[in-house]
Amino acid sequence: MKQEKEIIKLDNIQKTYILGTLELNVLRGITLSVKDGEHLTIMGPSGSGKTTMLNILGCLDKPTEGKYLMEGKDISSFRDDELSEIRSRKIGFVFQTFNLIPQLTVLENIGIPLFYQGIEERFIKEKAFKLAELVGLVNRINHRPSELSGGERQRVAVARALINEPILILADEPTGNLDSKTGEDIMKLLVRLNEEGKTLVVITHDPKIAGYSGKTIRILDGKVIDEN
Amino acid sequence: MKIDVLHILRIIRFGGKNIWLHKLRSSLTMLGIVFGVASVISMLAIGEGASFEAREKIKELGSNNIIIRSVEPPEESTSQRTIMRVYGLTDSDLRKIEVIPSVEKVIATWEKKEDIWYFEKKTPGRIVGTTPDYAEMTNLAVRPGGRFINEVDVAKGKSVAVIGSSIKNTLFPVNDPIGEEIKINSNYFQIIGVIEAKAFSKEIGDFVVEDINFDVYMPLSTTRNFFGEITLIRNNFWNRTWVKFHSFVVNVSDPNKIVPTSSLINQILESSHKKPDYEILVPLTLLKQAEHTTKIFNIVLGSIAAISLLVGGIGIMNIMLATVTERTREIGIRRALGAKQKDIIYQFVTEAVILSASGGFIGVALGVIIPRIVSKFAGMITIITLWAILLAFFISVAVGVTFGIFPARKAALLDPIEALRYE
Repeated sequence: MKQEKEIIKLDNIQKTYILGTLELNVLRGITLSVKDGEHLTIMGPSGSGKTTMLNILGCLDKPTEGKYLMEGKDISSFRDDELSEIRSRKIGFVFQTFNLIPQLTVLENIGIPLFYQGIEERFIKEKAFKLAELVGLVNRINHRPSELSGGERQRVAVARALINEPILILADEPTGNLDSKTGEDIMKLLVRLNEEGKTLVVITHDPKIAGYSGKTIRILDGKVIDEN
Repeated sequence: MKIDVLHILRIIRFGGKNIWLHKLRSSLTMLGIVFGVASVISMLAIGEGASFEAREKIKELGSNNIIIRSVEPPEESTSQRTIMRVYGLTDSDLRKIEVIPSVEKVIATWEKKEDIWYFEKKTPGRIVGTTPDYAEMTNLAVRPGGRFINEVDVAKGKSVAVIGSSIKNTLFPVNDPIGEEIKINSNYFQIIGVIEAKAFSKEIGDFVVEDINFDVYMPLSTTRNFFGEITLIRNNFWNRTWVKFHSFVVNVSDPNKIVPTSSLINQILESSHKKPDYEILVPLTLLKQAEHTTKIFNIVLGSIAAISLLVGGIGIMNIMLATVTERTREIGIRRALGAKQKDIIYQFVTEAVILSASGGFIGVALGVIIPRIVSKFAGMITIITLWAILLAFFISVAVGVTFGIFPARKAALLDPIEALRYE
């Protein structure tokens, strides 16, 4: 196991939303680190702040307090387009609701992250094709998302999360919209990718999903309550 | 991220795909721009054609000329009908005008409408008795093979005639008229020349203009001999009018002196004519008026066209706003996957421009066709300039950018987290 290098470090992250006169402390000082090649599960019931965790980890949102170090660089005060750049190059998202673009084909959907890096189209297509192969969707590349089953859609999403060779795959309830058999397949796929060296962070409320990972962090009311 | 041509082309292609996805909606949205652009081009073409026609007609009258015409004055009283009405320009008027220093030359005409015969064929015509300089001063061109009247014809009062092209076409559809004789009343006149056809418009400003293609030019001395100066008009009574000259064409070589000379002439004539039996026509002034009218015409037409383009642009903005709302989720996905705000702006502005530019393209096609139909059925001259086409197309693209930016900015400023959760 090569779990030495720390790629992400959250240091006393706090997130406060202000709703009118009400201050909502969603995250109250979260400190955690993700090491290269690790498979980490962040678990918590709804309302525990895990969605906010995901948004901050995925650079979709900025913490109110605290430091977010990615590969040693503090990105907690990055501007919007700098965060876009990080999402584009460093992170691969897998969402509960798949989030594929309906009017694009499977191959085009897989290629989107590279599109925004301005990479040549021929190269994107080649790479997207290889990833479609990897997730077993070669015969579906010209289909649209609406023509696919839930499991197939999530596999497209996984392929899309891999195309920019991210340092971190961030999966938000990846099996939440799938039946248990298909969910299991997706988890096996993700675990296999992790075993091949990809760093994986899964956010879930489901203890079964947590069972796949080496390390689980439980959060409740915006705080880490358990780490093993 | 670097923006290269290939990437831009890709954005355009994906934008085009999205528009193609909603064919009906897109084409309805385009219609506004199609009609806007088509009306800009058509209206400019009609305006341009109208001003061209006016300029040509005025040039025909000679922009260095002042034209004075005899006008039958209104009758003083209906109870006492005069047997002979005497009015118009006289020999003494001619002499007075000739001595004005700025006047280069004055030519007089005498006119009468008569039927022109060639064997059993007949056409209405207008006899114009004049002098040799008339052709040059009024820009008449004689067809090769013939000539205009000359000094000898005038001196000898020869029975010769130079005919307009419409008369030639009616009486001599195939054969050469030169040397042939036409009959007017019971007199014969030999044809010595044919005038090139001229575009004809009935009015210039307030003045009614005769179709000169039906003119028959003769020496003034000849018309005096054969027709006299008294014209018999057949209406309820046998009315007779005695007009010495029907018009003077006054040539002023210095363009700056044309307007002052015309007012001087007006003063001279006013002092000797008690009745308003003449009118003064200054082609140069008419030209200026025509230009002014054209300008106003273009502004009015342009404003109408601009309003229709504005409406088209609002249509585009409306549909783009709906599209942004409808595709909120997609925007969230793209943002999460690394699209910057400017990428989203490019995407939606591109779609708006594709809509408006395609509309513009179709509008240009329509705008080229409509003026032709107008020309064909309304008999108006229309001129489509490349300038008008480029202007209209450029405006359509600009409309796309202008009305696309607001929805695109709205899309770009969406919070990615909110957008991702949008149902």
